[in-house]
Amino acid sequence: MTVKASEINVGDTFEEVLVEDLKRTQLVMYSGTSGDYNPLHTDDIYCREAAGYPGVFAHGMLTMGMTSRIVTGLFGAENIKKYGVRFTNQVWPGDDLQGSAVVEDIREEGDETLVDLKITTTNQKGDVVVIGNATGRIDP
Amino acid sequence: MSDEKIITFPVEATHIMMFNRSIGDFSNDGMDGDFVAPPTFPQAVAQFDPDYSLRIKPGVDWFGSGKDPSGVKGTPTSSGGLHAEQHFEFERPIRPGDLLTVVAKPGRTWEKESKRAGKLMFSERITEYRDQNDELVCTARSVGVKTERPVDQN
Repeated sequence: MTVKASEINVGDTFEEVLVEDLKRTQLVMYSGTSGDYNPLHTDDIYCREAAGYPGVFAHGMLTMGMTSRIVTGLFGAENIKKYGVRFTNQVWPGDDLQGSAVVEDIREEGDETLVDLKITTTNQKGDVVVIGNATGRIDP
Repeated sequence: MSDEKIITFPVEATHIMMFNRSIGDFSNDGMDGDFVAPPTFPQAVAQFDPDYSLRIKPGVDWFGSGKDPSGVKGTPTSSGGLHAEQHFEFERPIRPGDLLTVVAKPGRTWEKESKRAGKLMFSERITEYRDQNDELVCTARSVGVKTERPVDQN
């Protein structure tokens, strides 16, 4: 259910469990839908023996995509104007991810009401894996 | 990094549904009613890029372990590139039925030292998505990073 400007205030925080016990299968599924077939995300042998990583890890774009569910949930996908993130830590199979969106501003621009969000996704250890911002249109 | 690249990206409802499912969004699993693409869907243009290095091509060795760990003979082991940042700005949502013309251009490059991965070499790519009426729909800015060595996990 999307939110209205009258229902939110600057400083409000919205949280969502994005995934629990992330499965390698989901990494394979995301490779298939996105077209990003980098074996770093699907091939444990490649990671360990050719690339020097302990195993496969999630595409940054999978984490960004899972995190986007908070934004689409608040605004509706059709109302998103900006969404950007920085990837700060890798995400591994077995991780639990929690997303958080903090309302930073509610403003009028032309005939639109816009909301700016600060977005953070953290893993089960409390490490931030994604940090970013989103702006969307909402009804008054 | 190559120079300007132009790709045609036909947007299909089923692709959006499957993409959504892969990020844990089941809101259009039933394919009911009108829906639009989620904000990170523009990245799926990779499916339509004939030169994409990670795309399988007939008769060409592909990455991935088979008889040997890398699958590509003569290719040095490498940590490869990682994704550092991604930003999307929308003029309107992407909808099923859109026929997008996607133009990607290289942007800035810079370097930085890191304790966990040695020298970091950043490169930016700016991608514009225009619709069948030549109207701008989305602009994406991607920052990739090549690391001197795999990122230390400790």
